[in-house]
Amino acid sequence: MRDMFRSLLFVLLFHSGLAQAALTIEITQGIEGAVPIAVVPFGWGGPGAAPENLAAIISSDLSRSGRFEPLADRDLVAHPTSADMVKFQNWRMLNVDNLVIGQLGQTAAGQYTVRFELFDVYRGKQILGYSFPAGSRDLRRVAHHISDLIYEKLTGEKGAFNTQIAYVTTTGSGKGKTYTLLVADSDGYNPQTILRSNQPLMSPAWSTDGRQIAYVTFENKAAEIYLQDVASGSRRKVASFPGVNGAPSWSPDGRRLALTLSQDGNPEIYIMEVGNGALKRLTTNPAIDTEPAWAPDGKSLVFTSDRGGSPQLYRIASWGGQPQRLTFEGKYNAGADISPDGSKIAMVHGNNGIYRIAVLDLKSGVTRVLTDGRLDESPSFSPNGSMIIYATDEGNRGVMAAVSVDGRFRQRLSIQAGDVREPVWSPFGK
Amino acid sequence: MRHLMHSMFGLLLVAVLAGCSSKGGTTEEGDMAAVDERGTVAGEGAVATGAAGAGTFQGMSIDDPNSPLSRRVIYFEYDSSNILAEDQDLLVSHAAYLAANPGQGVTLEGHADERGSREYNIGLGDRRVQAVRRVLELQGVSAQQITTVSYGEEKPAVEGHSDTAWRMNRRVEITYTAY
Repeated sequence: MRDMFRSLLFVLLFHSGLAQAALTIEITQGIEGAVPIAVVPFGWGGPGAAPENLAAIISSDLSRSGRFEPLADRDLVAHPTSADMVKFQNWRMLNVDNLVIGQLGQTAAGQYTVRFELFDVYRGKQILGYSFPAGSRDLRRVAHHISDLIYEKLTGEKGAFNTQIAYVTTTGSGKGKTYTLLVADSDGYNPQTILRSNQPLMSPAWSTDGRQIAYVTFENKAAEIYLQDVASGSRRKVASFPGVNGAPSWSPDGRRLALTLSQDGNPEIYIMEVGNGALKRLTTNPAIDTEPAWAPDGKSLVFTSDRGGSPQLYRIASWGGQPQRLTFEGKYNAGADISPDGSKIAMVHGNNGIYRIAVLDLKSGVTRVLTDGRLDESPSFSPNGSMIIYATDEGNRGVMAAVSVDGRFRQRLSIQAGDVREPVWSPFGK
Repeated sequence: MRHLMHSMFGLLLVAVLAGCSSKGGTTEEGDMAAVDERGTVAGEGAVATGAAGAGTFQGMSIDDPNSPLSRRVIYFEYDSSNILAEDQDLLVSHAAYLAANPGQGVTLEGHADERGSREYNIGLGDRRVQAVRRVLELQGVSAQQITTVSYGEEKPAVEGHSDTAWRMNRRVEITYTAY
């Protein structure tokens, strides 16, 4: 089970508004040295069947991170649900480093208590233990939160399971083509439509606090940028200038929006004050300047420009000035996303007609290609910086995929119906 | 949770409203159909406007299938906005028509093939419409007659990942509009 190319398949079913869709998470490239862990099915103290299989959610989260290798259910030698039932020697024999157990109890109709414990099997000690009250609709999120706590305790890095992903799908063709902007949990469950249109929708961008999404819509037969409140669905138009209105990107303080406008004759990067709409032009070059991405300190932006003859990435101070070229390897580098710690840039890297996701390490200057598709695009870092979600092509369909930042672990997330594009990972703290 | 149900209802409502608002224009629905059909049925959706005044244009009617004006799509090389020599005359014909009919408007729709990043492709589509716009303006068309929009790779004329599909998708579409 530790083969480089093991292939695990989880088929998970979820409801998507009117239609039922199946989400398949297929781990396409495994990792040597994933840490074995046992996640025992949680005990259930209520009547009938448990409302949610929390252990399965946690196990799937940990597995998707590429850092853990949960034991298969059939290999679980015992099913303890409290500390006094745990016999550590059993688990030591299975070579698992850590054990997760828990109990789900019902306190009232639709009201639950989730208790869980994490053990260090070799030291025979509990290293984490929590109890949470939860409504029935919060149970999946509680499970993701537990995954975050376990992940952080064992890796020292914050978990990003209790987060969301925004993405665009298209269904139908010709006249009947429908563009939909959705928000789903980080594991693809609970997809919620936030906008539907018969004209293109593109470039969703989360605000830093995760409350709003900026996007480009062509619903009025011209490009326009809207900001939409995710929870309420209320929205407002912030840009509808002649020509291109595109590539919105929020400043880390949430007060400004970088965007691309061609009102002056060709695509240039501007910064808009979200409060009053005031615009400041940042670039002045007859080339295409677009796809601004803010550095986490808010002091600079990385953008795509073909001023050197082919699309490459440049950095410019947020107050303007002379841009500096960042990429030199390959004929095509575009669509930058900066890692949360500012040390890396994920991008679309094109060579000989093949487009893949690559990461540029800003310290070493080394570019590393992480994916193996032909038409990979739209990379977006997880908020903890450990994974990159992107769009790739499977057969003749767009699907989402994720790759670890070191490129060693890859997985595909396919939704059965329609074409998926432009996945963007939410920030923490929703 | 009721709260969540509420917000979901709100989202649905907004989606519905968004759908309605985009139908607010007088001929929006017809236009939308035209957008999807263009490329295969050249200009059929937009012809209605020109046909009303067709008699006065002395044989240069835009709905005459024998007129060069019936050709309303021009194609581009990869990552290029250079207008090919074979399309120069076509653009000059469109320009002459528009210059002679200052009441006639035109929308230039720029498109790119699917390769590379989406917003850069919006930039490419924009550069292509600007190249066409320059030719039209040099030939005497007024800037007010021209509207531009770049759809990048979002509205391919031909679906698929082949060279043939890509060639058909790197294009500018010329649509006559009421002005």
